[in-house]
Amino acid sequence: MIPTVPQSTALKWSYRAYVTLFFVYLALPLTVVCVFAFNDSVFPSLPWEGFTWAWFFGTEAPFIGVFHERSILRSIGVSAFVAVWVAGLAVAVGTCNAFLFVRHDFRGKGFLYILMLLPLIIPGVILGISILVFASSVANTLEDATGLWFDGLRPGLILVILGQFSFITTFATLVISARLQKFDPSLEEAALNLGATKWGAVRQITLPFLMPAIIGAGVVAVLMSFENFNTTLMLVGSESPLTITMFDKLKHGSTPVLNAVSLLLIIGSAALGLLSLIFQRTKGG
Amino acid sequence: MGSDRSKLGFYLLLAPLLLWLVTLIILPHIGLFAVSISEKVGVREYETGLGNYAVFFNEPLYWRTFARTAFMSISTTVLTLLLGFPIAYYIAKLTRGRTKTTLFLMCLIPFWVSELVRTFGWMILLRETGVLSNFLQYTGVIGGPVEFLYNDGAIMVGLVYTSILFMIVPLVTTLDSLDDSLIEAGYDLGGSGFSILREIVIPHAMPGIVSGCIVVFMLSLGNYLTPILLGGKDSLWFTGLIYTQFITRFNWELGSAFGFLLLALSSAVVFLGLKLSRQSLSNTMGR
Amino acid sequence: MTSPADLVCRELTKDFDNFRAVDQVSFEVPQGSFFSILGPSGCGKTTLLRMIAGFQFPTSGDLLIKGNSMLGVGPNKRPVSMVFQHLALFPMMSIGKNIGFGLRQRGVAASEIKQRVGLVLERVGLPGIEDRQVDQLSGGQKQRVAIARCMVLEPDVLLLDEPLGALDLKLREHMKIELKALQAEFNTTFVYITHDQSEALVMSDNIVVMNKGRFDQIGTAKDLYYEPANAFVAGFVGDANRFEGKITAVNGQIVTVQTEAGVSLHAQLTGQGAAVGQMAQIFVRPEAIELSKTALQGADHSNASERIVDSVLFNGANSLVILRDPISGETIQVTLPQTGAFLGLGKGETIYTSWNPAQARCFVDGDA
Repeated sequence: MIPTVPQSTALKWSYRAYVTLFFVYLALPLTVVCVFAFNDSVFPSLPWEGFTWAWFFGTEAPFIGVFHERSILRSIGVSAFVAVWVAGLAVAVGTCNAFLFVRHDFRGKGFLYILMLLPLIIPGVILGISILVFASSVANTLEDATGLWFDGLRPGLILVILGQFSFITTFATLVISARLQKFDPSLEEAALNLGATKWGAVRQITLPFLMPAIIGAGVVAVLMSFENFNTTLMLVGSESPLTITMFDKLKHGSTPVLNAVSLLLIIGSAALGLLSLIFQRTKGG
Repeated sequence: MGSDRSKLGFYLLLAPLLLWLVTLIILPHIGLFAVSISEKVGVREYETGLGNYAVFFNEPLYWRTFARTAFMSISTTVLTLLLGFPIAYYIAKLTRGRTKTTLFLMCLIPFWVSELVRTFGWMILLRETGVLSNFLQYTGVIGGPVEFLYNDGAIMVGLVYTSILFMIVPLVTTLDSLDDSLIEAGYDLGGSGFSILREIVIPHAMPGIVSGCIVVFMLSLGNYLTPILLGGKDSLWFTGLIYTQFITRFNWELGSAFGFLLLALSSAVVFLGLKLSRQSLSNTMGR
Repeated sequence: MTSPADLVCRELTKDFDNFRAVDQVSFEVPQGSFFSILGPSGCGKTTLLRMIAGFQFPTSGDLLIKGNSMLGVGPNKRPVSMVFQHLALFPMMSIGKNIGFGLRQRGVAASEIKQRVGLVLERVGLPGIEDRQVDQLSGGQKQRVAIARCMVLEPDVLLLDEPLGALDLKLREHMKIELKALQAEFNTTFVYITHDQSEALVMSDNIVVMNKGRFDQIGTAKDLYYEPANAFVAGFVGDANRFEGKITAVNGQIVTVQTEAGVSLHAQLTGQGAAVGQMAQIFVRPEAIELSKTALQGADHSNASERIVDSVLFNGANSLVILRDPISGETIQVTLPQTGAFLGLGKGETIYTSWNPAQARCFVDGDA
């Protein structure tokens, strides 16, 4: 049970074996995805036909690499565009929410807090369809009333951004609130005492203190936006982000170019995730 | 004057929250409900009624898929708890310092990667020409290629894989806060490994178990990718039906009713889980 | 021989990766006694206690409880119970469930558990609190519940791991007396570890002073205080003034030591084989030093010297005065009698000190 309690060696070793097996289970899918990115075959499966870089740099069909596959490059651009917007909005609103919930007491606060947590327990598909239905009915009403077109409310990037924003904001709020709770308000009072304005004190004292959490929340928002599928699927229009493009390719069977994209995604996400952890650990508390 | 300004500040902070919750959460769900209880009687002509829900209950394919989705999600949750608990316990109680951080990070990294990539990995492993089939042929366990993909087992493997982190993280957090001396005291007073697990460790870990189970259940119930890709075309998953109604059939009314039923089920399970374990949403989810 | 001792350790040793925590320790604890292990932090006392409880495994040596070897017996199978440093009461259970935990493990019937829990709570003076939660109790109540939780199992030996450390000073003083009374009430062997000498001195029948994994001395509180076996014990148990110097004369049990400042001091030798020229340490208790306002001379007043008052530390009956040697600048502490003669003593005054060599102890270096 714990190291200081004696235990039979057989039990100890079978426990260790289980843990090892578990980590093999964790690593296996990612490992095969990465390995087959270098297989010199048009299918991401065995047999192994030899090593190649073609799925990254290839230019001749069918060996077209990631860096020459237009549809993938374009969808990476779309994903990045969506992620930047979502992260920016979620962090901005999340910061406001953190100040509201940590610093203010008002009637209905508990209720609003529960409401704020709800997006965590609403399945992503439902979030997607509810926003789709609502936006469409608003568009219909407006178009009937004005005779103008409201394409922004039809499936497309704006709805994708709003859909992802609707639940990622909850994460941003939680991360930033947690850090704001640790802030000692007397620091701000000291700044006021030394002649700073209220906003000046927040800007010069509180926001720098919150920075690690704000950046951390931003990185997490980018990661979540990049990998979101369920909500995005319901709201996507003609321009599709990376996960949707990959899903379409996957359903119809694809060359190992998908493995190559995945490998890049794995490296990118792991690097971003580790960076945010390191940043929060060195700067944060 | 000061209080007027702080009032203004308060409303400025309240505005984005309300804007977000009202326009993106509350109104859309009200809208969804409204659409679900409207029946199409002609071109752009609707009547209020429960017809869409009646369709659901009268068509065995629909409610069976619903029940199957719920059942498999519950199985996934139980399986994830059983598989994840020993790992979380190992990380929290049997490792220290650097090893602990490393193991924890090794758990985290796969989940920063898109679910699509993870599922893709399982497809490469399990398909007929995949790694597992070839490996078993090589070792002589099976004679010819075997398709491991496109069955319920494959769906379960994928769902457990996708959600296990959300079980492990809250469990590690709560188990970490369990003082070793409580376990030692249990032994000192004559307890066995099993009785200590039942009377001390599990009661202590209950908040983590509940929040882990809620998240895992919800993620499985609302999952679309894993059942569709690993379960194949014949695999029925309720989110798949919703997608079909919305995107393929363009029957939003029925799709909305389906959506609402799924939401009702997931809320009911969350509520029940919280009630049974006497936890509140704020302290299980708002970590 | 009378009945075998409750707890016997024979050359018990525990090695960790790069150091020896417990070094060939042997001792016996007779039935029904209060036995304390006193030592500074890191001396190995916690390791020793955890070996007795079964949470550490000795590298060599043997450990017997009521005559049975405990090697290879798990902590849940030993007839010892332990009161943990932070008590380790289970917060997920009520008080009654906490105390009944051990009995439930033994498969005792529920009705009997209920009765025995009630009984033990009465004995520790907390009747009827079975349904309360752990966090509803005060520090002293938790302490008693922790003891009750162990005592309900009627262990042969109760181990206590500095359980008073977390309490505030006043409660700690109170609990010392209470613990001693509880021990008498249950008549169970208590093995108590602490770094606080006053806890050990007040409560124990026998005390062992532990240092660097070894036992320096076993004895009653009085033995340790008045007849310390070596320089470490003399310095660790009670307050003492310490002088260092070279032996210049040996006269039976009385040795003369010259300090670096050139002062000659006389003290009674502990141990054998002191020789002129060896380095030695002298310890003198603050209350063994006599004060006088007039110069002291003659054979009655050996170790006489003139000193200057540095400061007066008034603390009622425990008042001290710090005196400075005008030549060497060294300071000593002396108990300040709160009788008329020295009441008005002030900083800078000259005063004369002396002590009887029989009340000072000399230890030759390298002896410890």
